[in-house]
Amino acid sequence: METYYHPADLHRFAEVAQGNKELWERFSSYYAAVFADGALSEREKALMALAVAHTVQCPYCIDAYTQACLEKGSNIEEMTEAVHVACAIRGGASLVHGVQMRNVAGKLSM
Amino acid sequence: MGLSLKARASPLASAAEQLRILSTPNGFAPFAKRMAEAGLFPLRSTGITVFQVNVGKLCNQTCGHCHVDAGPDRQEIMTRETAEQCIRALAATDIPTVDITGGAPELNPNFRWLVEQARGLGRHVIDRCNLTVLLIPSQADLADFLARHQVEVIASLPYYRAAQTDAQRGLGVFDKSIVALRKLNELGYGREGTGLRLNLVYNPVGAFLPPKQQAIEEQFARELKRHFGVVFNRLYTITNMPISRFLEFLLATGNYEGYMSRLANAFNPVAAAGVMCRYTLSVGWDGTLYDCDFNQMLDLPVAFGAPQHIRDFDAARLHLRRIVTNNHCYGCTAGAGSSCGGATA
Repeated sequence: METYYHPADLHRFAEVAQGNKELWERFSSYYAAVFADGALSEREKALMALAVAHTVQCPYCIDAYTQACLEKGSNIEEMTEAVHVACAIRGGASLVHGVQMRNVAGKLSM
Repeated sequence: MGLSLKARASPLASAAEQLRILSTPNGFAPFAKRMAEAGLFPLRSTGITVFQVNVGKLCNQTCGHCHVDAGPDRQEIMTRETAEQCIRALAATDIPTVDITGGAPELNPNFRWLVEQARGLGRHVIDRCNLTVLLIPSQADLADFLARHQVEVIASLPYYRAAQTDAQRGLGVFDKSIVALRKLNELGYGREGTGLRLNLVYNPVGAFLPPKQQAIEEQFARELKRHFGVVFNRLYTITNMPISRFLEFLLATGNYEGYMSRLANAFNPVAAAGVMCRYTLSVGWDGTLYDCDFNQMLDLPVAFGAPQHIRDFDAARLHLRRIVTNNHCYGCTAGAGSSCGGATA
Protein backbone atom coordinates (compact mmCIF):
# COMPACT_ATOMS: atom_id res chain seq x y z
CA MET A 1 0.00 0.00 0.00
CA GLU A 2 1.38 3.42 -0.96
CA THR A 3 1.51 6.05 1.75
CA TYR A 4 3.22 9.38 2.32
CA TYR A 5 4.34 8.41 5.84
CA HIS A 6 6.65 5.51 6.70
CA PRO A 7 7.45 4.94 10.40
CA ALA A 8 11.01 3.95 9.54
CA ASP A 9 11.60 7.45 8.12
CA LEU A 10 11.63 8.88 11.64
CA HIS A 11 15.04 7.26 12.15
CA ARG A 12 16.30 8.92 8.95
CA PHE A 13 15.65 12.46 10.22
CA ALA A 14 19.40 13.24 10.34
CA GLU A 15 19.65 12.73 6.56
CA VAL A 16 18.22 16.24 6.20
CA ALA A 17 21.71 17.41 7.22
CA GLN A 18 22.96 16.33 3.82
CA GLY A 19 21.21 19.34 2.31
CA ASN A 20 22.82 21.86 4.69
CA LYS A 21 25.09 20.60 7.47
CA GLU A 22 25.47 23.91 9.29
CA LEU A 23 21.77 24.63 9.62
CA TRP A 24 21.11 21.06 10.77
CA GLU A 25 23.79 21.35 13.45
CA ARG A 26 22.41 24.66 14.68
CA PHE A 27 18.90 23.20 14.81
CA SER A 28 20.08 20.05 16.61
CA SER A 29 21.97 22.05 19.20
CA TYR A 30 19.00 24.34 19.84
CA TYR A 31 16.61 21.36 19.97
CA ALA A 32 18.73 19.56 22.58
CA ALA A 33 18.91 22.71 24.68
CA VAL A 34 15.14 23.24 24.48
CA PHE A 35 14.40 19.75 25.83
CA ALA A 36 17.04 19.64 28.56
CA ASP A 37 16.05 19.94 32.22
CA GLY A 38 15.47 23.58 33.10
CA ALA A 39 12.75 25.45 34.92
CA LEU A 40 10.55 22.69 33.48
CA SER A 41 11.63 19.08 33.82
CA GLU A 42 12.40 16.81 30.85
CA ARG A 43 9.14 14.99 31.61
CA GLU A 44 7.04 18.15 31.60
CA LYS A 45 8.63 19.24 28.33
CA ALA A 46 8.01 15.84 26.75
CA LEU A 47 4.31 16.09 27.68
CA MET A 48 4.15 19.60 26.20
CA ALA A 49 5.82 18.35 23.04
CA LEU A 50 3.30 15.52 22.85
CA ALA A 51 0.44 18.00 23.06
CA VAL A 52 1.99 20.22 20.39
CA ALA A 53 2.59 17.16 18.19
CA HIS A 54 -1.15 16.52 18.25
CA THR A 55 -1.86 20.16 17.50
CA VAL A 56 0.32 20.19 14.40
CA GLN A 57 -0.58 16.54 13.73
CA CYS A 58 2.93 15.42 13.00
CA PRO A 59 2.97 11.61 13.04
CA TYR A 60 6.76 11.55 13.51
CA CYS A 61 6.50 13.73 16.61
CA ILE A 62 3.54 11.78 17.98
CA ASP A 63 5.57 8.55 17.62
CA ALA A 64 8.75 10.03 19.09
CA TYR A 65 7.13 11.87 21.98
CA THR A 66 4.85 9.02 23.00
CA GLN A 67 7.98 6.98 23.51
CA ALA A 68 9.78 9.92 25.13
CA CYS A 69 6.94 10.51 27.61
CA LEU A 70 7.00 6.86 28.66
CA GLU A 71 10.77 6.98 28.96
CA LYS A 72 10.53 10.06 31.18
CA GLY A 73 8.23 8.22 33.59
CA SER A 74 4.88 9.51 32.37
CA ASN A 75 1.84 7.29 31.89
CA ILE A 76 -1.16 6.89 29.60
CA GLU A 77 -3.41 8.97 31.88
CA GLU A 78 -1.06 12.00 31.80
CA MET A 79 -0.48 11.62 28.08
CA THR A 80 -4.21 11.47 27.38
CA GLU A 81 -4.74 14.68 29.35
CA ALA A 82 -1.98 16.29 27.28
CA VAL A 83 -3.82 15.35 24.08
CA HIS A 84 -6.98 16.86 25.52
CA VAL A 85 -5.08 20.07 26.23
CA ALA A 86 -4.18 20.18 22.55
CA CYS A 87 -7.80 19.51 21.64
CA ALA A 88 -9.12 22.17 24.01
CA ILE A 89 -6.76 24.84 22.67
CA ARG A 90 -7.46 23.99 19.05
CA GLY A 91 -11.20 23.86 19.65
CA GLY A 92 -11.07 26.96 21.78
CA ALA A 93 -9.17 28.83 19.08
CA SER A 94 -12.03 28.17 16.67
CA LEU A 95 -14.71 28.94 19.21
CA VAL A 96 -13.28 32.25 20.35
CA HIS A 97 -13.41 33.51 16.77
CA GLY A 98 -17.12 33.15 17.18
CA VAL A 99 -16.92 36.51 18.92
CA GLN A 100 -15.86 37.98 15.54
CA MET A 101 -18.79 36.21 13.94
CA ARG A 102 -21.11 37.75 16.48
CA ASN A 103 -19.55 41.19 15.89
CA VAL A 104 -20.17 40.96 12.13
CA ALA A 105 -23.63 39.47 12.54
CA GLY A 106 -24.48 42.18 15.02
CA LYS A 107 -23.38 44.92 12.59
CA LEU A 108 -25.30 43.50 9.67
CA SER A 109 -28.44 42.53 11.44
CA MET A 110 -31.40 44.62 12.43
CA MET B 1 -2.40 -15.59 36.71
CA GLY B 2 -0.52 -16.69 33.58
CA LEU B 3 1.58 -19.79 33.07
CA SER B 4 5.33 -19.95 32.58
CA LEU B 5 6.81 -20.52 29.15
CA LYS B 6 7.79 -23.97 30.36
CA ALA B 7 4.24 -24.82 31.43
CA ARG B 8 2.96 -23.74 28.03
CA ALA B 9 5.68 -25.75 26.26
CA SER B 10 6.67 -22.55 24.43
CA PRO B 11 9.73 -22.79 22.15
CA LEU B 12 11.05 -19.80 24.12
CA ALA B 13 11.32 -22.00 27.21
CA SER B 14 14.54 -23.19 25.54
CA ALA B 15 17.58 -21.02 26.25
CA ALA B 16 19.10 -22.26 23.00
CA GLU B 17 16.14 -20.92 21.03
CA GLN B 18 16.36 -17.55 22.79
CA LEU B 19 20.07 -17.33 22.02
CA ARG B 20 19.39 -18.22 18.40
CA ILE B 21 16.98 -15.29 18.14
CA LEU B 22 19.30 -12.90 19.98
CA SER B 23 22.29 -13.90 17.87
CA THR B 24 20.52 -13.49 14.52
CA PRO B 25 21.77 -10.31 12.78
CA ASN B 26 19.02 -7.72 12.95
CA GLY B 27 20.39 -4.33 11.99
CA PHE B 28 22.56 -3.85 15.08
CA ALA B 29 26.24 -4.62 15.57
CA PRO B 30 27.16 -7.62 17.71
CA PHE B 31 27.64 -6.60 21.35
CA ALA B 32 31.22 -7.85 21.37
CA LYS B 33 32.08 -5.45 18.55
CA ARG B 34 30.71 -2.41 20.41
CA MET B 35 32.56 -3.43 23.55
CA ALA B 36 35.78 -3.83 21.57
CA GLU B 37 35.32 -0.33 20.14
CA ALA B 38 34.90 0.95 23.70
CA GLY B 39 38.12 -0.78 24.79
CA LEU B 40 36.19 -3.18 27.02
CA PHE B 41 36.59 -6.46 25.21
CA PRO B 42 37.27 -9.02 26.45
CA LEU B 43 35.25 -7.94 29.50
CA ARG B 44 36.76 -9.00 32.81
CA SER B 45 35.64 -9.07 36.40
CA THR B 46 37.16 -6.42 38.66
CA GLY B 47 36.76 -8.54 41.79
CA ILE B 48 33.65 -10.08 43.38
CA THR B 49 31.83 -7.93 45.91
CA VAL B 50 28.35 -9.42 45.45
CA PHE B 51 27.62 -13.12 45.91
CA GLN B 52 24.22 -13.41 44.24
CA VAL B 53 22.33 -16.62 44.91
CA ASN B 54 19.29 -17.54 42.84
CA VAL B 55 17.52 -20.04 45.08
CA GLY B 56 15.05 -21.12 42.44
CA LYS B 57 12.32 -20.45 39.94
CA LEU B 58 9.34 -21.02 42.22
CA CYS B 59 7.26 -17.86 42.56
CA ASN B 60 3.76 -16.91 43.64
CA GLN B 61 3.49 -14.54 40.66
CA THR B 62 3.93 -14.89 36.90
CA CYS B 63 5.05 -11.40 35.88
CA GLY B 64 4.95 -10.56 32.19
CA HIS B 65 8.51 -9.25 31.98
CA CYS B 66 10.18 -12.02 34.01
CA HIS B 67 13.56 -13.09 32.65
CA VAL B 68 13.58 -16.10 34.97
CA ASP B 69 10.30 -17.54 33.60
CA ALA B 70 9.42 -18.03 37.26
CA GLY B 71 6.00 -19.09 38.45
CA PRO B 72 3.99 -21.31 40.80
CA ASP B 73 4.49 -24.25 38.42
CA ARG B 74 8.30 -24.15 38.60
CA GLN B 75 9.76 -26.75 40.93
CA GLU B 76 13.46 -26.02 40.44
CA ILE B 77 14.67 -24.82 43.83
CA MET B 78 18.05 -24.92 45.56
CA THR B 79 18.59 -27.86 47.91
CA ARG B 80 20.03 -27.62 51.40
CA GLU B 81 23.18 -29.36 50.18
CA THR B 82 23.76 -26.70 47.52
CA ALA B 83 22.93 -23.93 49.99
CA GLU B 84 25.56 -25.38 52.35
CA GLN B 85 28.09 -25.36 49.51
CA CYS B 86 27.29 -21.68 48.97
CA ILE B 87 27.92 -20.84 52.62
CA ARG B 88 31.17 -22.84 52.67
CA ALA B 89 32.40 -20.96 49.60
CA LEU B 90 31.32 -17.60 51.02
CA ALA B 91 32.99 -18.27 54.38
CA ALA B 92 36.33 -18.75 52.61
CA THR B 93 36.14 -15.22 51.18
CA ASP B 94 35.56 -11.69 52.39
CA ILE B 95 32.86 -10.96 49.81
CA PRO B 96 30.76 -8.42 51.72
CA THR B 97 27.29 -8.81 50.19
CA VAL B 98 24.96 -11.78 49.69
CA ASP B 99 22.10 -10.99 47.31
CA ILE B 100 19.34 -13.63 47.43
CA THR B 101 17.01 -13.74 44.45
CA GLY B 102 14.64 -16.07 42.58
CA GLY B 103 11.60 -16.52 41.66
CA ALA B 104 10.35 -15.57 45.06
CA PRO B 105 13.42 -16.58 47.10
CA GLU B 106 11.46 -16.60 50.37
CA LEU B 107 9.45 -19.59 49.18
CA ASN B 108 12.57 -21.77 49.24
CA PRO B 109 12.56 -23.72 52.52
CA ASN B 110 16.29 -22.98 52.85
CA PHE B 111 15.94 -19.21 52.43
CA ARG B 112 15.84 -18.34 56.13
CA TRP B 113 18.73 -20.70 56.88
CA LEU B 114 20.79 -18.98 54.17
CA VAL B 115 20.00 -15.56 55.63
CA GLU B 116 20.94 -16.67 59.15
CA GLN B 117 24.18 -18.25 57.99
CA ALA B 118 25.21 -15.27 55.85
CA ARG B 119 24.43 -12.85 58.67
CA GLY B 120 26.34 -15.10 61.03
CA LEU B 121 29.35 -14.56 58.77
CA GLY B 122 28.86 -10.82 59.14
CA ARG B 123 27.79 -10.28 55.53
CA HIS B 124 25.24 -7.78 54.34
CA VAL B 125 22.19 -9.64 53.02
CA ILE B 126 19.75 -8.48 50.35
CA ASP B 127 16.33 -10.06 49.73
CA ARG B 128 14.90 -9.50 46.26
CA CYS B 129 11.26 -9.37 47.27
CA ASN B 130 8.09 -9.27 45.16
CA LEU B 131 6.16 -7.84 48.16
CA THR B 132 3.05 -10.02 47.73
CA VAL B 133 4.97 -12.97 49.19
CA LEU B 134 4.87 -11.15 52.55
CA LEU B 135 1.09 -11.56 52.61
CA ILE B 136 0.98 -15.31 52.03
CA PRO B 137 -0.35 -16.92 55.25
CA SER B 138 2.64 -19.28 55.55
CA GLN B 139 4.94 -16.23 55.40
CA ALA B 140 3.11 -14.17 58.03
CA ASP B 141 6.28 -13.82 60.10
CA LEU B 142 8.60 -13.18 57.15
CA ALA B 143 8.70 -9.38 57.46
CA ASP B 144 9.63 -9.67 61.16
CA PHE B 145 12.32 -12.21 60.28
CA LEU B 146 13.80 -9.86 57.68
CA ALA B 147 13.81 -6.95 60.11
CA ARG B 148 15.30 -9.02 62.92
CA HIS B 149 18.22 -9.98 60.69
CA GLN B 150 18.53 -6.48 59.23
CA VAL B 151 18.08 -7.78 55.72
CA GLU B 152 17.99 -5.11 53.03
CA VAL B 153 14.75 -5.47 51.09
CA ILE B 154 14.86 -4.61 47.39
CA ALA B 155 11.26 -4.78 46.21
CA SER B 156 9.80 -4.62 42.73
CA LEU B 157 7.20 -1.95 42.09
CA PRO B 158 7.10 -0.93 38.43
CA TYR B 159 4.87 2.09 38.96
CA TYR B 160 3.01 4.05 41.63
CA ARG B 161 -0.35 3.32 40.03
CA ALA B 162 -2.35 0.11 39.93
CA ALA B 163 -3.04 0.03 36.18
CA GLN B 164 0.61 -0.09 35.17
CA THR B 165 1.78 -2.34 38.02
CA ASP B 166 -0.98 -4.87 37.51
CA ALA B 167 -0.44 -4.89 33.75
CA GLN B 168 3.09 -6.19 34.36
CA ARG B 169 2.72 -8.20 37.54
CA GLY B 170 -0.86 -9.46 37.66
CA LEU B 171 -4.29 -8.26 38.74
CA GLY B 172 -4.40 -7.05 42.31
CA VAL B 173 -0.61 -7.03 42.78
CA PHE B 174 -0.42 -3.27 43.27
CA ASP B 175 -2.94 -3.19 46.13
CA LYS B 176 -1.20 -6.11 47.83
CA SER B 177 2.16 -4.43 47.30
CA ILE B 178 0.94 -1.32 49.13
CA VAL B 179 -0.26 -3.45 52.06
CA ALA B 180 3.15 -5.14 52.15
CA LEU B 181 5.02 -1.84 51.94
CA ARG B 182 2.99 -0.42 54.82
CA LYS B 183 3.81 -3.53 56.83
CA LEU B 184 7.52 -3.01 56.15
CA ASN B 185 7.27 0.71 57.00
CA GLU B 186 5.64 -0.20 60.35
CA LEU B 187 8.70 -2.32 61.17
CA GLY B 188 10.95 0.63 60.37
CA TYR B 189 11.92 -0.24 56.83
CA GLY B 190 12.44 2.82 54.65
CA ARG B 191 12.50 5.20 57.61
CA GLU B 192 15.49 7.37 58.47
CA GLY B 193 17.68 6.16 61.30
CA THR B 194 16.42 2.58 61.60
CA GLY B 195 19.09 0.96 59.49
CA LEU B 196 16.39 -1.09 57.77
CA ARG B 197 16.84 -0.39 54.07
CA LEU B 198 13.86 -0.61 51.74
CA ASN B 199 14.69 0.07 48.12
CA LEU B 200 12.29 -0.17 45.21
CA VAL B 201 12.89 -1.36 41.66
CA TYR B 202 11.29 0.30 38.66
CA ASN B 203 10.98 -1.79 35.49
CA PRO B 204 9.43 -0.14 32.41
CA VAL B 205 5.99 -1.57 31.76
CA GLY B 206 6.70 -2.13 28.08
CA ALA B 207 9.29 -1.88 25.35
CA PHE B 208 11.00 1.37 26.34
CA LEU B 209 13.96 2.50 28.41
CA PRO B 210 13.65 3.61 32.03
CA PRO B 211 13.62 7.33 32.91
CA LYS B 212 16.52 9.00 34.70
CA GLN B 213 16.77 7.27 38.06
CA GLN B 214 16.72 10.39 40.20
CA ALA B 215 13.71 11.86 38.38
CA ILE B 216 11.54 8.75 38.70
CA GLU B 217 12.67 8.25 42.30
CA GLU B 218 11.36 11.73 43.13
CA GLN B 219 8.06 10.96 41.40
CA PHE B 220 7.66 7.69 43.30
CA ALA B 221 8.56 9.31 46.63
CA ARG B 222 6.04 12.07 46.14
CA GLU B 223 3.16 9.93 44.86
CA LEU B 224 3.58 6.97 47.25
CA LYS B 225 3.77 9.29 50.26
CA ARG B 226 0.87 11.45 49.16
CA HIS B 227 -1.57 8.73 48.17
CA PHE B 228 -0.55 5.79 50.38
CA GLY B 229 1.66 7.11 53.19
CA VAL B 230 4.45 4.77 52.00
CA VAL B 231 8.14 5.71 52.30
CA PHE B 232 11.30 4.06 51.00
CA ASN B 233 15.03 4.75 50.80
CA ARG B 234 16.10 4.57 47.16
CA LEU B 235 14.63 3.58 43.82
CA TYR B 236 16.59 1.68 41.21
CA THR B 237 15.75 1.59 37.52
CA ILE B 238 16.29 -1.73 35.76
CA THR B 239 15.96 -2.12 32.00
CA ASN B 240 13.89 -5.04 30.78
CA MET B 241 16.11 -7.71 29.28
CA PRO B 242 15.13 -9.43 26.01
CA ILE B 243 15.01 -12.83 27.74
CA SER B 244 12.24 -15.35 28.52
CA ARG B 245 8.81 -13.78 28.99
CA PHE B 246 9.87 -10.25 28.06
CA LEU B 247 11.36 -11.65 24.85
CA GLU B 248 8.04 -13.38 24.26
CA PHE B 249 6.24 -10.05 24.73
CA LEU B 250 8.63 -8.29 22.32
CA LEU B 251 8.15 -10.90 19.63
CA ALA B 252 4.38 -11.22 20.06
CA THR B 253 3.82 -7.44 19.86
CA GLY B 254 6.18 -6.76 16.94
CA ASN B 255 8.49 -4.76 19.23
CA TYR B 256 11.59 -6.97 19.08
CA GLU B 257 13.53 -5.26 16.27
CA GLY B 258 12.64 -1.77 17.48
CA TYR B 259 13.57 -2.55 21.10
CA MET B 260 16.89 -4.19 20.23
CA SER B 261 17.73 -1.22 17.98
CA ARG B 262 16.81 1.12 20.83
CA LEU B 263 19.10 -0.75 23.21
CA ALA B 264 21.97 -0.96 20.73
CA ASN B 265 21.69 2.69 19.66
CA ALA B 266 21.70 3.76 23.30
CA PHE B 267 24.96 1.88 24.01
CA ASN B 268 26.87 3.91 26.59
CA PRO B 269 30.56 3.04 27.13
CA VAL B 270 30.46 4.63 30.61
CA ALA B 271 27.55 2.38 31.59
CA ALA B 272 29.32 -0.57 30.01
CA ALA B 273 32.38 -0.06 32.19
CA GLY B 274 30.20 -0.38 35.31
CA VAL B 275 28.13 -3.46 34.41
CA MET B 276 27.30 -5.64 37.39
CA CYS B 277 28.85 -8.82 36.03
CA ARG B 278 32.22 -7.22 36.74
CA TYR B 279 31.66 -7.41 40.51
CA THR B 280 28.95 -10.07 40.87
CA LEU B 281 29.09 -13.86 40.93
CA SER B 282 25.72 -15.51 40.25
CA VAL B 283 24.99 -18.95 41.70
CA GLY B 284 22.16 -20.92 40.09
CA TRP B 285 19.62 -23.04 41.98
CA ASP B 286 21.61 -26.16 41.12
CA GLY B 287 24.97 -24.63 42.08
CA THR B 288 26.13 -23.73 38.55
CA LEU B 289 28.10 -20.48 38.42
CA TYR B 290 27.29 -17.58 36.11
CA ASP B 291 28.47 -14.04 35.50
CA CYS B 292 24.96 -12.70 36.15
CA ASP B 293 21.32 -13.73 36.58
CA PHE B 294 20.64 -12.99 32.90
CA ASN B 295 23.38 -15.33 31.69
CA GLN B 296 21.94 -17.84 34.13
CA MET B 297 18.57 -17.79 32.39
CA LEU B 298 20.25 -18.21 29.01
CA ASP B 299 22.25 -21.22 30.26
CA LEU B 300 25.57 -19.38 29.79
CA PRO B 301 27.76 -20.46 32.73
CA VAL B 302 31.11 -18.86 33.52
CA ALA B 303 33.77 -19.98 31.06
CA PHE B 304 37.35 -19.35 29.96
CA GLY B 305 38.77 -21.72 32.55
CA ALA B 306 36.72 -20.56 35.56
CA PRO B 307 35.21 -23.29 37.79
CA GLN B 308 31.59 -23.83 36.83
CA HIS B 309 30.05 -25.21 40.03
CA ILE B 310 29.92 -23.87 43.56
CA ARG B 311 31.50 -27.08 44.90
CA ASP B 312 34.63 -26.14 42.92
CA PHE B 313 34.57 -22.49 44.03
CA ASP B 314 38.00 -20.92 43.65
CA ALA B 315 38.08 -17.24 44.52
CA ALA B 316 41.39 -16.60 42.77
CA ARG B 317 40.13 -17.97 39.46
CA LEU B 318 36.75 -16.26 39.70
CA HIS B 319 37.74 -12.79 40.96
CA LEU B 320 39.41 -11.72 37.73
CA ARG B 321 37.66 -14.04 35.28
CA ARG B 322 36.76 -13.20 31.70
CA ILE B 323 33.01 -12.61 31.35
CA VAL B 324 30.66 -14.31 28.89
CA THR B 325 28.65 -11.82 26.84
CA ASN B 326 26.04 -11.91 24.08
CA ASN B 327 23.61 -9.47 22.49
CA HIS B 328 21.23 -9.46 25.47
CA CYS B 329 23.99 -7.52 27.25
CA TYR B 330 22.87 -4.41 25.37
CA GLY B 331 20.14 -4.24 28.02
CA CYS B 332 22.71 -3.40 30.71
CA THR B 333 24.68 -0.88 28.65
CA ALA B 334 21.85 1.23 27.22
CA GLY B 335 21.42 4.84 28.26
CA ALA B 336 22.22 5.32 31.93
CA GLY B 337 22.98 1.61 32.20
CA SER B 338 21.21 -1.02 34.25
CA SER B 339 22.13 -3.40 37.05
CA CYS B 340 20.63 -5.02 40.13
CA GLY B 341 21.65 -1.78 41.85
CA GLY B 342 20.08 0.50 39.25
CA ALA B 343 21.71 2.88 36.78
CA THR B 344 25.45 2.46 36.31
CA ALA B 345 26.39 5.70 34.54
